[in-house]
Amino acid sequence: MTDTPQTASISPETRPRLPRGVRLVHNEAQGGWVLLAPERVFKADAIAAEIVKRCSGEATFAEIVDDLARSFTAPRERIAADAGALLRVLADKKLLEL
Amino acid sequence: MTGNGAALPRPLGLLAELTHRCPLGCPYCSNPLALDRRNDELDAATWARVFREAAALGVLQVHLSGGEPAARRDLVEIMAAAHGAGLYTNLITSAVGLTTKTLGALADAGLDHVQISIQDSAEKSADHIAGYAGAFARKRALAAEVTALKIPLTVNAVIHRANIARVEELVALALEMGAARVEIAHVQYYGWALQNRAMLMPTREQVEDAVKVVESLRQRHHGRIVIDAVVPDYHARFPKPCVGGWGRRSLNVTPSGKVLPCHAAESIPGLEFWSVREHSVAEIWTSSPAFNAFRGTSFLPEPCRSCERREVDFGGCRCQAFALTGDARATDPVCQFSPHHARVVELAAEHEDRSYAYRRM
Repeated sequence: MTDTPQTASISPETRPRLPRGVRLVHNEAQGGWVLLAPERVFKADAIAAEIVKRCSGEATFAEIVDDLARSFTAPRERIAADAGALLRVLADKKLLEL
Repeated sequence: MTGNGAALPRPLGLLAELTHRCPLGCPYCSNPLALDRRNDELDAATWARVFREAAALGVLQVHLSGGEPAARRDLVEIMAAAHGAGLYTNLITSAVGLTTKTLGALADAGLDHVQISIQDSAEKSADHIAGYAGAFARKRALAAEVTALKIPLTVNAVIHRANIARVEELVALALEMGAARVEIAHVQYYGWALQNRAMLMPTREQVEDAVKVVESLRQRHHGRIVIDAVVPDYHARFPKPCVGGWGRRSLNVTPSGKVLPCHAAESIPGLEFWSVREHSVAEIWTSSPAFNAFRGTSFLPEPCRSCERREVDFGGCRCQAFALTGDARATDPVCQFSPHHARVVELAAEHEDRSYAYRRM
C-alpha cells in the first residue's frame, strides 16, 4: 500500500458496518476467512476476522472493543489501537463504512 | 509434463464469458478475433452446473462478462444460479442493452457488484471509440440506476492514445458516477488491440505523465475512491505477473464452454483446451493439458531460470511471449533482460493514425 497513513482515531460512538458488496466468508477450500469485495479478495487472519465479524452496523466501536477485550482477555487500550488501525485501513479501501 | 504436485493452488476467480455478442465495437476488445456464435453458447443449466463445480473447487468470485452479458435473455437466471452456488457475483457490462427492469431483477436476485466500462470522459470521443452513438449517455444513466439500488460500482476506463491525456477527467467522471473504485487500465495488446496497436499506442511521454497523474490522484482522493491501475507494459522494464500466474488463481470459460487459463490463451497454437461440456471444472483445473502447459516456473528458459523475480512475475505473459517472439515458453519480451526487448521498445514507438479496425462479429 502506498496510501497516505491516516492517524484520525475512530469515534467510540460510530457503528462500523460492511457496505453492500463486501462480505466476510469462511471457505474451507481457501483455508480460512476471506473478505470478498468488488473484484478483490483479501485473506483475513483469525484476529482480523474476529474484528470484522463484529462490524454489523449495530454495535458501536466502543462496544466492539469491550467485547473483544472480554473474549480475548486482552488490555482494552491495546485492542482499541489494533482494531482501530484495521478499521481505518479497511475504510480507506472502501471495505467498511464508519 | 504436469507441473502440479500435491499443493496445486485453488482458483479464486472465474471469468464467465456468457456471450461474444456485443453492441459496441471497441478496437481493444479482449475477446478473440474468432468470436463464438449465439448457437454455440452454453445454456443456463450448464452455467449453473459450472458455478456449483467452481464453488466446490474454491472459486469465490464470478465475473459475468462477454461480449455484453445483457445480450443474453436468461442473464437473471444465470446470475441467480451463481449467487445460489455461494459465489460473489460481479456483472461486467457496457451498459448498452441492460434495461432498468433487468438491473432491478438482478439486484433482487443478489447481484453483489457492477462494473461499467467508459471509453472517454468526453461524449463524442467516447462514442467514437465504442463505435456506438449514444453509448456514453446510457452508461451514465445506468450508473445512476446502479447507485440508486445501493449496488457498489466500479468504473473501468481503458487507456490509450486517444484518451490518455484525460486520466484526471476520467477519474472525476467515475467519482461523479458514484463509483467507489475505478480501474485505469492501459490497453493490453492481444486480439483486437494487437490489430489496432499502432492506432492505440501512447507515446512514452504520455505514459510517464499518466503514471504521475494517477499517483497524485491517489493522494488527492484517498479514502473517497480506490484507483487501481493496469500498467502500460510495452513501456515497462519488467513484465506483469499475468493472471497471477498461469493456472494459479483464475480460469475463464468461453461462451461455448472451453476453459482457458486466460482470455487470450487460444492465441497460442498447439494448446489443448477442455470443455465444460465434457469435463467437470475440477478435472479441467487439475488435468487439462492447457492448464498444465505453463504451470509453475520449471518450463522457463534463461534469463528467467536464474532470475530472482521468477516467482514474482512467472516470466510474464505466455500469450505476449508467443505474439512477440513466436515462442510461448520464452521470457515475456517486455522484460528488459529478454533478448527480444529491443523489439518491444520499437513497437512502443510505432504510431499510426489510420481509423480503428472495430471489433465486429
